[in-house]
Amino acid sequence: MSDLTTLKIAEARDLLRKGDLTARELTEAHIAAVDAADSLNAYIEKTPEIALGQADAADARIKVGNAKGMTGIPIGIKDLFATKGVHTQACSHILDGFKPEYESTVTQNLWDDGAVMLGKLNMDEFAMGSSNETSYYGPVKNPWRAKGSNSDFVPGGSSGGSVTSVAGYAAMGATASDTGGSIRQPAAFTGTFGMKPTYGRCSRFGMVAFASSLDQAGPITRDVRDGAIMLESMSGFDPKDSTSVDVPVPNFEAALTGDIRGMKIGIPQEYHLAGMPGEIEALWHQGIEWMKAAGAEVVDINLPHTKYALPTYYIVAPAEASSNLARYDGVRYGLRNVPENGGLTDMYEATRAAGFGEEVKRRIMIGTYVLSAGYYDAYYLKAQKVRQLIYDDFKRAFEKVDAILTPTAPSAAFAFGEKSDDPLAMYLNDVFTVPASLAGLPGSSVPAGLSADGLPLGLQVLGKAWDEETVLKVSGVIEEAAAFTSQPDLWWR
Amino acid sequence: MSSYRIQGATADWEVVIGLEVHAQVISNAKLFSGASTEFGAEPNAQVSLVDAAMPGMLPTINGECVRQAVRTGLALGAQINKFSVFDRKNYFYADLPQGYQISQFKHPVVGEGTVTLDLESGTTKEVGVERIHLEQDAGKSMHDQHPQFTYVDLNRSGVALMEIVSMPDMRSPDEAGAYLTKLRTILRYIGSCDGNMEQGSMRADVNVSVRKPGDALGTRCEIKNVNSIRFVRQAIEVEARRQVDIIEAGGTIDQETRLFDPVKAETRSMRSKEEAHDYRYFPDPDLLPLEFDDAFIEAARESLPELPDDKKARFMEALGLNDYNASVLVAENESSDYFETLVAALAKATGKSPTDIAVKASNWLTGDLFGALNKASKPITESPVSAEQGADLLALVEDGTISGRIAKDVFEIMFETGKDAGTIVEEKGLKQVSDTGEIEKIIDEIIAANPGQLEQYRAGKDKLLGFFVGQVMKATQGKANPGVVNKLLKPKLDG
Repeated sequence: MSDLTTLKIAEARDLLRKGDLTARELTEAHIAAVDAADSLNAYIEKTPEIALGQADAADARIKVGNAKGMTGIPIGIKDLFATKGVHTQACSHILDGFKPEYESTVTQNLWDDGAVMLGKLNMDEFAMGSSNETSYYGPVKNPWRAKGSNSDFVPGGSSGGSVTSVAGYAAMGATASDTGGSIRQPAAFTGTFGMKPTYGRCSRFGMVAFASSLDQAGPITRDVRDGAIMLESMSGFDPKDSTSVDVPVPNFEAALTGDIRGMKIGIPQEYHLAGMPGEIEALWHQGIEWMKAAGAEVVDINLPHTKYALPTYYIVAPAEASSNLARYDGVRYGLRNVPENGGLTDMYEATRAAGFGEEVKRRIMIGTYVLSAGYYDAYYLKAQKVRQLIYDDFKRAFEKVDAILTPTAPSAAFAFGEKSDDPLAMYLNDVFTVPASLAGLPGSSVPAGLSADGLPLGLQVLGKAWDEETVLKVSGVIEEAAAFTSQPDLWWR
Repeated sequence: MSSYRIQGATADWEVVIGLEVHAQVISNAKLFSGASTEFGAEPNAQVSLVDAAMPGMLPTINGECVRQAVRTGLALGAQINKFSVFDRKNYFYADLPQGYQISQFKHPVVGEGTVTLDLESGTTKEVGVERIHLEQDAGKSMHDQHPQFTYVDLNRSGVALMEIVSMPDMRSPDEAGAYLTKLRTILRYIGSCDGNMEQGSMRADVNVSVRKPGDALGTRCEIKNVNSIRFVRQAIEVEARRQVDIIEAGGTIDQETRLFDPVKAETRSMRSKEEAHDYRYFPDPDLLPLEFDDAFIEAARESLPELPDDKKARFMEALGLNDYNASVLVAENESSDYFETLVAALAKATGKSPTDIAVKASNWLTGDLFGALNKASKPITESPVSAEQGADLLALVEDGTISGRIAKDVFEIMFETGKDAGTIVEEKGLKQVSDTGEIEKIIDEIIAANPGQLEQYRAGKDKLLGFFVGQVMKATQGKANPGVVNKLLKPKLDG
């Protein structure tokens, strides 16, 4: 196996520009790595022919000096993003056979910059899950294993395929999406860098909707610099998405100065959860020390409504999902089951019963319930009010601090089946990521250390709206201080 | 107050009517997608990815539809809400691709306004408008194309509708009809809806309840999707009668949705309260609240033409038209446009002031031209006689070139052939004869040829003057100027 798959995006970019490497060589190496990683189940559709075509176009472009940061870089695409003529099913049975006639804005931005598509990546069905166990295409395996063990762990979710492809050297970067933590939590579980930008930074056009007011695209990469390069390519105002915001996209890579002297870093006291593993607390404490050592001032802050974030999220997100998923009805595309002599309602029932998995059904039912007459005020309306309070908490905090540091998840990766029968335990995984999602704020997860078992752990950095640059800058400092050089054994190859 | 009553066995009942009018907004593109809105295309030829609710597709508001709703609100003197919200109305149906309709629930774009009805009696009545909101139309299910399957046409899916909701202010089928007529006139004037009920671009849901005059409101039934003014009137009559019969038999009215069957002249239950949908309205997270500023409203206001009520007042006050002629002329923009062109051209041709000739012009237009158009089933826009041609004809009467009687014959030929009045008069030699010498000569001949009648006349039978006039007109084929004939004839008969 060629070393080319261990290159980072920034390194490959420089080699490509110098002419020391061609996009075709880089792509061929990755196509082989994708094939070799079949047992991880990260890819549910491979597109080597598209990849090679794009690689050759990238080489031509590099030759004429028209290269962008992502030109010639092989990446994987979460199955949530519409890719013209290519499998796009949000890993749901109900979208069987669906190949869109259109391209999502985020992927179009990447192709416009010359990126190379290796294939479509596994995910929790409709991005509903925290372990990638709800995919119709089966679970994804975490490339990491505990010290001295051969048993498999979940990669986190919902962007399980995205993080595994990157951690497993089967893509240099991957698109992902985050509704309540679906970029950050799996990044923490796999020792990768994940970045959810401000809501409205990346267009949602062509991204299969889970919860419209929360869904936001972002990159998974092997380090912070790569994340900055890839996020810049994905970002930008899009008139086709009414919630996309017309603000300039900064040069994110330029934010990585490593200098956070004088910056104020907030430590939310409500994130000290009772019963949280000691090694998570210890990692957080270590992060605080790194901040101080880099010359930042660490400030205790309060986000008093934090404890209401998860319940609020599990009202708002299912409510929107119950409506967003109504279009999967068997009428126009995807799965259609019609019982003999059945009418329209029978078709709906049979199609949706067969097409949706258990977790998706659970959330559709929760969402339908909280929007129902007589319950709307008590649930949905109240949740919206609490959501505003959570937003206000952050607003007040960010009057005092430049960034907030927390653990990404309350534990390291867990074993398959460990939480899949207990939705509440599963939902608790998102306890640190959900508040920023509700507030629409940018956040990252940076690999920061290993658990006692040798599994990766991440720290989360949160920033002000539209201040991804500070998030990236602080992330870069953590990355440097952590000197996280561990990597999984390539046991699957 | 309307005195319309349903006569029951025990009492006279008052009917209370409110209307929800769905008016298709005139715009090139749909409310949230760029697809065309033209009527009559092949099924599914005008469907964007957004209209078909493909995964990941997002709605983006069409500003023109908002502008049209605001213009409509202004034309009804309504409150314009600078902040409004699009909500999702959730329900499953095969012709509703998203599984929800984007509508406005709690915060509509237009608030309270008024429609002034012109009633047959010549009086007016104000009917309140509660709100106007913007919403998407659904597609069309076609159940008759295949023995087992229903086909779906999504051309209409996503087309912008204004739902104009009235207060329950109407008390008779006539008032409901007058409301729809007036609303349609206003919408057509300002160009926000073409008002074509037969094409479905204007439809009404009719809310009907009955009560004894003075009592509290009764339970209402909603008759869905009635697609002509005539059917609205019929539906109200039969529904009110149905309700009265139930109540008088000791029953109660169930609040429900009903359908009107014009063939059987009855309403039928569509779905009861128990089967009513729980629409689970909530703000559409794909769309930001709709906000605009005063400048947007002012620009919309400035784009409004003169409204029918204002125009009618002007026709009556400035031009001296009577109520009937003014009402008939303003009912359609095309008629009043024709009238104004006619008056201007006639004033120019005769050198007279518009006030001097407007009444004559309006009489000719509402009498002769409308009569001929009606007979030929042609709208005024397809009139074979243009306003300019009409003015030429009336000018010929004004300056004495032809008589009013001849003018009617000339008009008939104009209507048939499209020729100018002057040409016809020339070709047929219809010019009025006003030459006293010529007429005098004819009079002498006729008096000489009818000594008996002359004798009787001179003996006191005055009525025979008419006989002599008739003979003169006959001899000149109607072309003799009647004034000149009278002036010359009498002295000669009197001797």
